[in-house]
Amino acid sequence: MSQPIVPQRTYILVFFGLISLTILTTAVAFVDLGPFNTVAALAIAFSKMLLVVLFFMGVRHSSSLVRVIVIAGLFWLALLMGLTTSDYHTRSWTSAPQSWSTTAPPTHP
Amino acid sequence: MTDVEAQAQHTGLAHQFQDLEQQQEADALGIWLFLVTEIMFFGGLFASYAIYRWLYFAAFEGGSHILDVRLGATNTMVLLGSSLTMALSVRSAQTGSRRATVAFLIATMVLGGIFLGIKGVEYNQKFVEHVVPGLDWAPEGETLARLAPGGVEHGEMYFIFYFAMTGLHALHMIIGMGLLLWLVVRARKGAFTAHYFAPVEVVGLYWHFVDIVWIFLFPLLYLIGGRY
Amino acid sequence: MSTATLEPQPRVRAPLNYLNADYGWRSWLFTVDHKRIALLYLVSITFFFVIGGSFAVLMRIHLTEPQGALVQPETYNKLFTLHGIVMIFFFLIPSIPAVLGNFLVPLMVGARDLAFPRLNLLSWYIYMVGGMFTLYSAVAGGVDTGWTFYTPYSSTYSNTQVTAVAIGVFITGFSSILTGLNFIVTIHKMRAPGLTWFRMPLFLWSIYATSIIMVLGTPVLAITIFLLALEHLFHVGIFSPALGGDPLLFQHLFWFYSHPAVYIMILPAMGVVSEIIPCFSRKRIFGYKIVAFSSVAIAVLGFLVWGHHMFVTGQSVYAGLIFSMLSFLVAIPSAIKVFNWTATLYKGSISYDAPMLYALGFIGLFTMGGLTGLFLAALATDVHLNGTYFIVAHFHYIMVGGAVMGYLGGIHFWWPKISGRKYPNGWAALAAAIIFIGFNLTFFPQFVLGYLGMPRRYAFYPPEFQVLNVMSSAGATVLGVGYLIPLIYLIWSMRYGPIAEPNPWGATGLEWKTASPPPTENFAEIPVVDEEAYDYAPKPIAQPQEAPGD
Repeated sequence: MSQPIVPQRTYILVFFGLISLTILTTAVAFVDLGPFNTVAALAIAFSKMLLVVLFFMGVRHSSSLVRVIVIAGLFWLALLMGLTTSDYHTRSWTSAPQSWSTTAPPTHP
Repeated sequence: MTDVEAQAQHTGLAHQFQDLEQQQEADALGIWLFLVTEIMFFGGLFASYAIYRWLYFAAFEGGSHILDVRLGATNTMVLLGSSLTMALSVRSAQTGSRRATVAFLIATMVLGGIFLGIKGVEYNQKFVEHVVPGLDWAPEGETLARLAPGGVEHGEMYFIFYFAMTGLHALHMIIGMGLLLWLVVRARKGAFTAHYFAPVEVVGLYWHFVDIVWIFLFPLLYLIGGRY
Repeated sequence: MSTATLEPQPRVRAPLNYLNADYGWRSWLFTVDHKRIALLYLVSITFFFVIGGSFAVLMRIHLTEPQGALVQPETYNKLFTLHGIVMIFFFLIPSIPAVLGNFLVPLMVGARDLAFPRLNLLSWYIYMVGGMFTLYSAVAGGVDTGWTFYTPYSSTYSNTQVTAVAIGVFITGFSSILTGLNFIVTIHKMRAPGLTWFRMPLFLWSIYATSIIMVLGTPVLAITIFLLALEHLFHVGIFSPALGGDPLLFQHLFWFYSHPAVYIMILPAMGVVSEIIPCFSRKRIFGYKIVAFSSVAIAVLGFLVWGHHMFVTGQSVYAGLIFSMLSFLVAIPSAIKVFNWTATLYKGSISYDAPMLYALGFIGLFTMGGLTGLFLAALATDVHLNGTYFIVAHFHYIMVGGAVMGYLGGIHFWWPKISGRKYPNGWAALAAAIIFIGFNLTFFPQFVLGYLGMPRRYAFYPPEFQVLNVMSSAGATVLGVGYLIPLIYLIWSMRYGPIAEPNPWGATGLEWKTASPPPTENFAEIPVVDEEAYDYAPKPIAQPQEAPGD
């Protein structure tokens, strides 16, 4: 962890950036963008996360191994969320099977 | 003890490492791996949240309307401020300024305490409004009006996630406060120098992670569907 | 240590090593030496193996009669639940990583200890606390949900000790996480000079891949159990349909961890086999890099297949399709390893010491278990085989025929290093044979039973299945005897076994270049590595003119 010393100014600037994004996301929530409200909120949150990770957590100056680990963690989270939600989103693609007829026996081909 | 051991103790080099650089790299790797486990831990919660939000969007929208956006936004900014002071504290340790390190650590604790205080106020409000799943779920009057129409049927599901997610986050904050207190005690004794400040850095990374979780919790819980 | 007259050979006082460096219970319970922590784990997991095995014995006795010979159905449910929980979380998952991994990783990388020794000790304490919660739940009435805790039965309807055992498993998960974290950092940052990634023994590659799974998967189990406990305690409906929840969400989250967990159980055993086969064939492993990459591939692909446990639950057919295809894919790296081991054996100079017997048994039994896994990966056949004894036989072939035999092989291979003593090879070979025969007698009939339709987790069965069940129970008795024998001679060897030299097997690897048992600091000086891995020369043969090729 022998990283360069970041000037205080940088941290303070990043902080104001984060505050601005917070105000932005709150304001946008009061505007009707339909489904894009969620997209906007997540995009802003993601940007805030990037600011914290790169500057406050020092990933901007860290080794490639640390970066691989961070990306791997986020990727695995995406895997969990993606594959799980894919089940829910595709359940309606197949219609529920019809039950056997109670009068006629099933005919074999 | 021998000269080598004395020097090792002074520089904080542990016996299993060959040199301080190896130790620092190992510490950094260790905390980042731990944070990855935390990503997956909260991740399971976020994944479940995503499913139920998709299934019961109207309920989540209604539930979100019960929350106080001003308190949520304030808390977000308080926590971001604590991340700033934490980063400044690590930087002070890096430059060997003991007093600044301690001051910024204490500032971080104060801001963290304010966050938890506001959280407590919000939780109390939920009990007053009878929207606590399992323990006290009986929304009525104005609360019920704000829940409606979507939140009447599955609103409880939203609040399960509200309490589970913010509760787990608050637990991590409390643990963080304990770690910060430990750092303050050690820092005041002069345990950290410009060459050895790994514990400050490690706690800092943990604190920033907890902040990032809140960065997502705020819009996902407080800003669903908007108030237009 | 006195030279008592009981010892068969007079010897001088043993040199200072990690076992005699310090005495007293404090020196063991407060140690930070990875080798002592490994032994703490060895004792604990053996204890839990006996507990889990006892539940199995009771089950097999009960199943000798079609209407059940021993217990009430409600009790039977508790037996199979606790058998699964104890064996999986408290024996299989820790076994090789916590015992052999803890002991060997620092030695194999040429370091003095793991990256975080105190965290290592904490891991063991966390494991023990979790174990105590689980034992408490067993004596306070047990749990009857199956080790899979499917909701809403476990969260809403069962009135057994679900919360207590959930807490136990939750806590123990952190032991796993911290151990994996420790291994990853150690392997990345503490390799001796000259030990590049592709000079590492394959055991380290397996441990590394296992650790990735531990770190990425276990936290999801933790949050799942946390939500389960919330639901159970506060009567809310996260996974309960009556309250708006989806039981399948529990299963998704549960299996996201629990499928990779089976790779936590098998990868280290594969690593052990990769060490034993070259040594007892006196030959370099065939395809070192492929085997190393296969370990990592199994770890990654293993996270993509969990839905194959949910084919018949109501999961989307399209999701099932994807999971089925990926499940076929994940078999490939495992198969590659089997081919590579076999190619290593080919034209090797084979010796049949006990570790080799276990390794060879592993290859055969793991292959059978793995192939039957493919029948289950196919959607259409799984519909018929799911919920039957076919599944039970499949996973026991992998976990017992594979993982346990790998574990025993590893114990027998590194025992001289760990204890400084040798065990009688005749008894060891006999035990290996008894275990192999007993195992097949126990579990092969279960493949047939499953194919014929006998459901699993049932306390009774149609009378026409009795012969096969009795065969299985008889096999379990033989298997039990087989497990008892090493327990006896290994403990015996600690006092009466011949003293082991530093490298009794003539094996490669840094752990064999230090004393048996090693000193506390592992090496007098950190070694410098300049050889490739598995630099085996064949045993000298009769005609000295022939070049000792490789």
